[in-house]
Amino acid sequence: MPLDFVLWAVLAWLLIGTLGLMALRHLKLVARVLFPAGALVGLCLFGAAALALDTPPHTLILPLGLPGLPFHFRLDALAAFFLMLIGACSAGISLFAGGYFRQGEGTPPGLLCFEFHLFLASMTLVIIADDAYAFMVFWESMALSSYFLVIANHRLAEIRRAGYLYLLMAHVGAVGILLCFGVLQAHTGDYTFQNLRTQQLPPAAASLGFLLALFGFGTKAGMLPLHIWLPEAHPAAPSPVSALMSGVMLKTALYGLLRITFDILHTPQWWWGVVLLGLGLATALFGVVYAAVQVDMKRLLAYSSVENMGLMLAGTGLAALFSAYHMYPMAALALSAVLYHAFSHACFKSLLFLATGSVLHATHERSLGKLGGLIRTMPWVAWLTLIGTLTSAGLPPLGGFVSEWLLLQSFLFTPGLPNSFLNMLVPVVAAVIALVAALAGYTMVKFYGVIFLGQPREDKLAQAKDARWLERLGMLWLVAGCLGLGLFPAPLLAFTHETMHLLTGTSLAEVTQQSFWLLIPVAQQSASYGPIIFLLGVVSCSLLAYAFVRWFYHGQLRRGAPWDCGFAAQTPRMQDTAEGFGQPIRQIFEPFFTLQRELPSAFDQAPHYRVQIFDPFWNWLYQPVVLMLNVCSRTVGHLQQGRIARYLLYSFLTLIAILLLVKR
Amino acid sequence: MNGLSLLAQLLDILLALLLAPLLTGWVNQWRAWLQNKTAPSLFQPYYTLHKLFHKELIVAHQASPLYRAAPYIVFGCMVLASAIIPTLSTDLPLAPAADAIALVGLFALARVFLSLAAMDVGTAFGTLGARRDMLIGFLAEPALLMVLFSASLISRATSLSTIVEGLAHQTLVIHPSLAFAGVAFTLVSLAENARIPVDNPTTHLELTMIHESLILEYSARHLALFEWAASLKLFAYSCMGLALFFPWGIANAKTPLLLLLALPLLVFKLAVGGALLALLETFSAKMRIFRVPEFLATAFLLAVIGMLITLLLTPFGKAA
Repeated sequence: MPLDFVLWAVLAWLLIGTLGLMALRHLKLVARVLFPAGALVGLCLFGAAALALDTPPHTLILPLGLPGLPFHFRLDALAAFFLMLIGACSAGISLFAGGYFRQGEGTPPGLLCFEFHLFLASMTLVIIADDAYAFMVFWESMALSSYFLVIANHRLAEIRRAGYLYLLMAHVGAVGILLCFGVLQAHTGDYTFQNLRTQQLPPAAASLGFLLALFGFGTKAGMLPLHIWLPEAHPAAPSPVSALMSGVMLKTALYGLLRITFDILHTPQWWWGVVLLGLGLATALFGVVYAAVQVDMKRLLAYSSVENMGLMLAGTGLAALFSAYHMYPMAALALSAVLYHAFSHACFKSLLFLATGSVLHATHERSLGKLGGLIRTMPWVAWLTLIGTLTSAGLPPLGGFVSEWLLLQSFLFTPGLPNSFLNMLVPVVAAVIALVAALAGYTMVKFYGVIFLGQPREDKLAQAKDARWLERLGMLWLVAGCLGLGLFPAPLLAFTHETMHLLTGTSLAEVTQQSFWLLIPVAQQSASYGPIIFLLGVVSCSLLAYAFVRWFYHGQLRRGAPWDCGFAAQTPRMQDTAEGFGQPIRQIFEPFFTLQRELPSAFDQAPHYRVQIFDPFWNWLYQPVVLMLNVCSRTVGHLQQGRIARYLLYSFLTLIAILLLVKR
Repeated sequence: MNGLSLLAQLLDILLALLLAPLLTGWVNQWRAWLQNKTAPSLFQPYYTLHKLFHKELIVAHQASPLYRAAPYIVFGCMVLASAIIPTLSTDLPLAPAADAIALVGLFALARVFLSLAAMDVGTAFGTLGARRDMLIGFLAEPALLMVLFSASLISRATSLSTIVEGLAHQTLVIHPSLAFAGVAFTLVSLAENARIPVDNPTTHLELTMIHESLILEYSARHLALFEWAASLKLFAYSCMGLALFFPWGIANAKTPLLLLLALPLLVFKLAVGGALLALLETFSAKMRIFRVPEFLATAFLLAVIGMLITLLLTPFGKAA
């Protein structure tokens, strides 16, 4: 029974966490034994979930929780897909974490180990929860355990601040989800998903439920304008935790949205799709433009996560649109793009966050302006990150490109919707997606180039040490994911057939033609993509060119000083900085930014240039709310005078009011 | 896959490799003529390549393996790009491996490697060039994708062979969207190939160069490969433009004998196109780098309008 396996895996993680608590300050044991053991459990979960993809749904009721309110669990193809994602990704991250955590960094290692595995276990349980009560319990324990992980380095005030913001937003979102379940149960008082599924809600109630779910899960997914916590919490957390949050936890939000929109509400209305599409595209564009101008490497990656979640939301919106018009094969195509992107984003974003962790440990530097040239001192990290960077930039033949390709394919088939207004949207939407993809390339070249290439911008970088073997192993596993997803899209997509079937009623098998080498969404005539042939083509052409040069000419090489137009007095300070690299974007998208710039004057003895970019949503949306709250609490605060006579008067007035109410 | 299509594929690649420098030479010659200068030989690019391959390679002390691998990777990308673009025949065995979107991805891959390599040594010009090239890239790539989409909406396919076949072998229908797409494509290919309003291929003035500053550190065989790749890119873009907007005479699976006719026709079309390119470059002046986004945004919007027009003019129900 795969569901039993999954629950055993959860139990194993909890056990490892508890063992960690016992060995609180025993770093060797925690790092060398417990974390790798957690990775092994992740692998087992991955295997069990992969087996469960093809089997019919299993359900299980465990008499845990409140009396009379047991936990319902269910493992179907959708849950299995997301469990695969959690298992595969966490295996790499846990391995890395084994080599990453050091003594004396805030929270003791044993406690971190406990929180880490509790986080993993609660994410797994969220996915298999089959009633709203269990779902909310695990959703909350996920939020709490990740909160404690974020503030692992709690001695810094800014980290506590970031953690607080994260906790606050997590709960604002949770309220949305709670209310959503309240709407969906339709006065039956039965909160099992089985019951929610059978309710035939009136369109208005269904829409309300959808919007609440969008609000709740959108907060977790970093949807505009609720993304505000993401660029704060991700840089604050230790790198393996950022990797887990960005790579895996954000996907639970996607899972929730898919579960409610396609499974529980089963017939989306067309305007839901338009809302999702619009919000998703706005999120994607906003995320990538802001990522391009960041100067903190982890903040850059956080904004890039916002962008990727935006693309997934847009794809989900398109699928909802197709479903609303009963064009199920097309919906399946769009959803396959979303799921594929979820998986490849989980791989490459975790990889990139882990890489920043290694860089951080080696250099104690997070600002891009003080890094550079690390490819020479940290070759392992640099070369593994290169794969992640190329994947993130959406370049063929790697994982990120496949999902982008599928998404664009499904957009090209949109002219066929029985609504001509929607058809007109297609070019605009496709254009935005293309722009986002190209900007992602820009951002990633900046990320990689400034950190790993060029000359070291600080002297201490020459002493940077490469990652240790456990860290390398973890990153290698994720690199294998990026490569595998890129090179074998057709066989891997075949895994998601059952998931598609569950969500749309058709599987992609009816849409795609089966071929190992080529990915063919509709017919080979109209479109096909063969990454292996593609890679072989590029590699063999490159090798032939190399052989040609060696055969006909020579292989002599001399090392010398760089040329740079004959300018001899080069210093590393003359390279482009991260600010410089972002400058064209700042200039082109100037209306989007809230900038604060300090320019030096010509007579400054110590010229200083500073530019700071603010998230505009702080000023437009959050500050007014904060202001309003402050005003309200100050008004209420007038009641509180500190004199006992007043409080007695309040009690007296309250009593009279209650008596009046009761008498009536 | 039969022998003839294999032959067409081989011919496609060989032709690109051999003719690409010639096209560059031809454009240079015309430009010199139009500017009242004495033109270099038509075969000058070949002499330059030969000379560069012979020279001793000098690599900066701090250059990493990425720097040394980049010329080969970029060259490989360009060869593959010219292999999947239907120049003589649409019946190419390699074509199913990459459609229009993957082709744009291939150009992007080459661009990213070139930019990364330029940042590797860590000189002021290299990083400056990388930044500018990526700036052009992120504006030109979506525009190119939109151009290809306008064409693919007509034949409802993104496979290049099907698009070109659809355009070449149909009865004469006028597609207004292609007019917009054609203008957009011209603007994009000027930018992508470092041509005059955007970049100047002959410049060595430090502050204006883009492509030249990317390959400033490179010498000898590496530089030769980059030069060759640049001519391959020009050739690929020209062939793509011809295949999309003047596709007549390209052979397909049913008419393999057309290959014989396709070759002289292609040479003729390229000759005319090259001369027009030189004319365009002579008539325009290089623009400031921050005018470039406007220029490319125009291309982008034109291509999007082209797509919109296709959808407006498609009678409802005929689609999908």
